[in-house]
Amino acid sequence: MHFPVSEGVVLSRKIGDVKAVDGVDFTIGRGETLGLVGESGCGKTTTGRCILRLETPTAGQILFDGQDISHMGRKDLVGLRRRMQVIFQDPYSSLNPRMKVGDIIGEPIKVHGVEPDVRKRDARVRELLSVCGLDPKFADRYPHEMSGGQRQRVGIARALALDPEFIVCDEAVSALDVSIQAQIVNLLEDLRERFNLTYLFIAHDLSVVRHLCQRVAVMYLGRIVEMAAVDELFDNPLHPYTQALLAAVPIPDPRVEATRDFRPAPGEVPSPINPPSGCVFHPRCPKAVENCKRARPVLRELRPGHWVACSEVN
Amino acid sequence: MSVITRNGPAGALTDDTLPRKKTALDAVLNFFRRQPLGTAGLAIMLVMFLAAAFANVLTPFDPEENDFQAMMQAPSWTHLLGTDQMGRDIFSRLVYGARTALLVGFSAAFAGGLIGLVLGVASAYFGGWFDLVFQRILDVLMAFPLIILALAVVSVFGTGVFNVILAITIPLIPRCGRVVRASALAVREIPYVDAARALGFGHTRIVLRHMVPNVVGPFLILLSAFVGQAILAEASLSYLGLGVQEPVPAWGLMLQGGAEEYATTAPWIAIFPGLAIVMAVLGISLFGDALRDAIDPKLRDR
Repeated sequence: MHFPVSEGVVLSRKIGDVKAVDGVDFTIGRGETLGLVGESGCGKTTTGRCILRLETPTAGQILFDGQDISHMGRKDLVGLRRRMQVIFQDPYSSLNPRMKVGDIIGEPIKVHGVEPDVRKRDARVRELLSVCGLDPKFADRYPHEMSGGQRQRVGIARALALDPEFIVCDEAVSALDVSIQAQIVNLLEDLRERFNLTYLFIAHDLSVVRHLCQRVAVMYLGRIVEMAAVDELFDNPLHPYTQALLAAVPIPDPRVEATRDFRPAPGEVPSPINPPSGCVFHPRCPKAVENCKRARPVLRELRPGHWVACSEVN
Repeated sequence: MSVITRNGPAGALTDDTLPRKKTALDAVLNFFRRQPLGTAGLAIMLVMFLAAAFANVLTPFDPEENDFQAMMQAPSWTHLLGTDQMGRDIFSRLVYGARTALLVGFSAAFAGGLIGLVLGVASAYFGGWFDLVFQRILDVLMAFPLIILALAVVSVFGTGVFNVILAITIPLIPRCGRVVRASALAVREIPYVDAARALGFGHTRIVLRHMVPNVVGPFLILLSAFVGQAILAEASLSYLGLGVQEPVPAWGLMLQGGAEEYATTAPWIAIFPGLAIVMAVLGISLFGDALRDAIDPKLRDR
């Protein structure tokens, strides 16, 4: 997904691309949860939005159940919308403040003609609320009358309203208090088992990812640098960026934390308008050699199921 | 290291303190209690509406009848607010004038406001070329002051009540469209609009149901200002002789007849229609402000 950067309004000329996501390649198996982690601005959310077709990718393919959806038209997408849904990060801005909770959840059911009968639809809304751990009485409330955790449950109920197979959780717990996070993560797990859901779980909180996901992909500056099963990735990170990312997780014991050897990756994340040549991580990489500036590393399967985009790791 | 603990399935959240369902009457009483200024505005508007509705019952004289035996009389028990230079009863003309003012003011403000609202939100939602071209058209319209544009429209289409409404509607459209577009641009970036797109809703539903209601706060303020502006514009057009024509009673016309010539000898000829215009505009603005506060669900239950 490249966003053109242009100057001028009527006679604009393109002066470059923000390569928000550049050559990202992964698959998610049915019933699996893939975690997508990385720093802010690395393209995690854009990847999710492309899959949902909220953005149209500049190039490449998105296959959903074997079908290329990357350039599907509006009309064809409508059927797809029923099968893939999204849960947003911010429970405050993801619900229309002018609609009651019951209408928010009931609207997709009505629009897609799943349940034309008003009373059956209300019953379905109430059922969805209780599935998500909310009292059905909340249907008559406005979102602003609820807490963040309650609102996030409404967002989840809305995502479930059309009985989807696949849900993109875009930082779905990041905006919540830690205690509420745990509840929502558990809810997501329960729902996954109950409705046989597949998740793309976008997050920057590594402990949540480790708990919920089966496989993890690490992104840096619009590219996937490493992808592996969750325990393999956490116990045995191979890419220098993944190692730096994992080392940045603080240890919840101040004495251990004070003595451990922690060297963050030097420098800042470069601008995606003008990314470094070769391997995008080379200016910050402790293992960089001359060749890293020239050749862009490809994802290689170094161990079964463990993919790394680094030419210096073997 | 993990902060997550499993406590079994997350317990259902219950709430026994759910408020009982609010009736429309509760909402109205609440409005009176919390918005005293708005209630005053509402009262002024009600008086205007009642005057307009029952003008024929309330007035002792025919507003269009000249009585040359009683020209320029000061207020008295016979002529409550005096008479003008044609001997017409000013009170009667004021009451009938409310009809003209309300008809023109509300028609023009609602027509201009609603067209501007939908076009402004659509412009922000679709963006791209549509937005660009539409906004340039608005720029051209905005380049003319309201009254100049209204004068231009009247000189093309002619005078009369319907043409005056049209003449005031047209300059209000860009004034509404511009403000609404700015709010709608912000609303478009809010995730609930993305959620609506991800749920596969159509453009019309997203614009009308998810975006328009969320720009309605600034829109209502605008609308109330527009009613005031439209009443003022109608008065100005009539004053300039290009609006409502004699002998139809209109406040602007009454000023035209009396203001300059008789300011010292018969000040009541100009003072009372002037006061009527001020009160009307003030009442509508106060009510509009209060309505905005009352309608916002975030402010409502405080």
